[in-house]
Amino acid sequence: MATVAREQALPRWDTRGNRLGEMAVGTLRYLRRNPELVVGISLILALLAFVVIGHFVVDLDKARPLSNRPLAPPSPSLPLGSDKQGRNLLAVLVVGTPQTIQIGLIAGLIGVFIGTVLALVAAFYRGVADAFIRGVVDIGLTIPGLMVLVTLAMNVKGGLSIPQMIMVVAALAWLFPARVIRAQVLSARDRAYIDVARLSGAPTWAIIITEVLPNLMPYIVASLVGSVSAAVLASVGLEVLGLGSFDSLTIGMTLYWIIYYAAIINSWWWWWLPPIIIIIVLFTGLFMMAVGLDEFANPRLRRRV
Amino acid sequence: MPTDYLLKRAGLFLLILWLASTVNFFLPRLGGQDPIRAQLGAQAAMGGASQIGAKAMIEEYDKRFGLDRPLWQQYVTYLGDTLRFEFNFSMSSYPTKVVDIIWRSMPWTITLLGVTTVMAWTMGTVLGAVLTQPNAPRAIRYLLAPILTLSAIPFFLLGLLLIYLLGFQLKWFPLAGGYDQGLLPAWDPKIVLNMVYHSVLPALSIILASIGFWTLGMRGVMVSTQGEDYLLFAEAKGLRGRTIFLRYAIRNALLPQLTALALALGNIISGAVLVEVIFQYPGVGSLLYQSIRASDFYMIQGVVFIIIVAIGLATLILDLIYPVLDPRITYARR
Repeated sequence: MATVAREQALPRWDTRGNRLGEMAVGTLRYLRRNPELVVGISLILALLAFVVIGHFVVDLDKARPLSNRPLAPPSPSLPLGSDKQGRNLLAVLVVGTPQTIQIGLIAGLIGVFIGTVLALVAAFYRGVADAFIRGVVDIGLTIPGLMVLVTLAMNVKGGLSIPQMIMVVAALAWLFPARVIRAQVLSARDRAYIDVARLSGAPTWAIIITEVLPNLMPYIVASLVGSVSAAVLASVGLEVLGLGSFDSLTIGMTLYWIIYYAAIINSWWWWWLPPIIIIIVLFTGLFMMAVGLDEFANPRLRRRV
Repeated sequence: MPTDYLLKRAGLFLLILWLASTVNFFLPRLGGQDPIRAQLGAQAAMGGASQIGAKAMIEEYDKRFGLDRPLWQQYVTYLGDTLRFEFNFSMSSYPTKVVDIIWRSMPWTITLLGVTTVMAWTMGTVLGAVLTQPNAPRAIRYLLAPILTLSAIPFFLLGLLLIYLLGFQLKWFPLAGGYDQGLLPAWDPKIVLNMVYHSVLPALSIILASIGFWTLGMRGVMVSTQGEDYLLFAEAKGLRGRTIFLRYAIRNALLPQLTALALALGNIISGAVLVEVIFQYPGVGSLLYQSIRASDFYMIQGVVFIIIVAIGLATLILDLIYPVLDPRITYARR
């Protein structure tokens, strides 16, 4: 539906402002039909708003250990209390949430970029390259990813810093995008407009950039959301297992300390509840966005149920 | 079953074994300084309980993987060792072999994971199939949204919430462990019941968090088969709706669901490892957590390798069942 609307908008060469207005109205109309996307984007925006407002309101230095009385329950001066090592937990969340999102976002972007390049190579040049890429992806996807990441992380001294965490998580983040996007490229390359481009003498790389990629964009964005979510999950998993850096303040490390000090069965609810809520909001938001984008990418998948 | 399909799948399995052990061998050696040797040295220097056996392990390590031997000889030694599941001693509890400790925790993980995966897969598949029927009960429709939301949350986070609600607040289930302290696991009805009682919460967190995935998948396949010729034909023959649903629609949709299961096993174990950690369940996941905390490199390598092998084996079995279920499959190279 969305693509139809875009094509109809093309032949009209009105003033630029007019077209932008139309696009805005069209976008709003589309969003009304896609509540999942709206909910997902709103949840993520709420999380970002928390981080941005927090950066102005909270003294971030208090996120360091020993900067407060340990295990203080919430009070006006410490809205979320402090943990056993005396960190101001509100400050920890304000610092840690964007770091966790950053790990997921950069690793996801790297994964989708590599995945897309490999998918294009595989689907356009076929032959040995395709067989090799497909083989690697097929094997890679059946191997338990977290175990491979543990092996990588184990060989880094002193726990993974954030850049190291990004690199480790990105090491496997390209597998799934490569598979999904390759299938889409394969179905796109047999379309008539590609034939037209080829017959008019355009080289393969030009066809890929000007014809294939723009049409792949919805799929690429959809798989980016999935990759970000998978990368966050992997990094949190590694941190909970104790492979993160102990001075890092990410949500994963906060969860590590919560498990380490058994905060749940000690009734320190102010310590464990907020990071769990943040992780739930983050994953639910990304999941809703993925569902919504899926619908945007394949309108034919319309729920018939 | 044609032999070349069988050979190809078995070959793939061997390839995974070779890759896993090769990565295990070369990765620690890439940085120039071998972290395994370094850890053993640190342990020997540290004194106390952890020192026990460190000298013997260093001697053994230097004999087999010392720098006086060429890399390829070390590599061949290592490949031979891993294929015999010989992962040396546990660095943190010396005279015990890594593989013995792993075998002790394997049954816990296999049971927990096997039971929960089968249950979640079955329930999700049935739910997804029922949802596509026009006369599906309204209650199931209302269930869909919460179930899908749960599937977005990591297994272990759900576990943390369950520990708090059902374990700590309501005290319905034990907070952690695989059996009551003081009991020794054995095949005695009372003890087995106690073990089952302890596994309810870990199982529940895996099941609740994965049903949605299977529901969504099954619903997708069922929707895409709607309007297929064979369904129309069945309807034209005047078959009852229930027969069409059970014998025609579900049966064909089960095959892609099975493929999805084979693909998802790796993700399920990754999630289950963390569930074991938060419940201190005595399986390989907790073992991995403890060995990471103790920097027990031999143990980490052993656990990682055996998990990869186990999942590879499970995938292989599923792949070998698949052509039996679906005679249309062409065994020829795709």
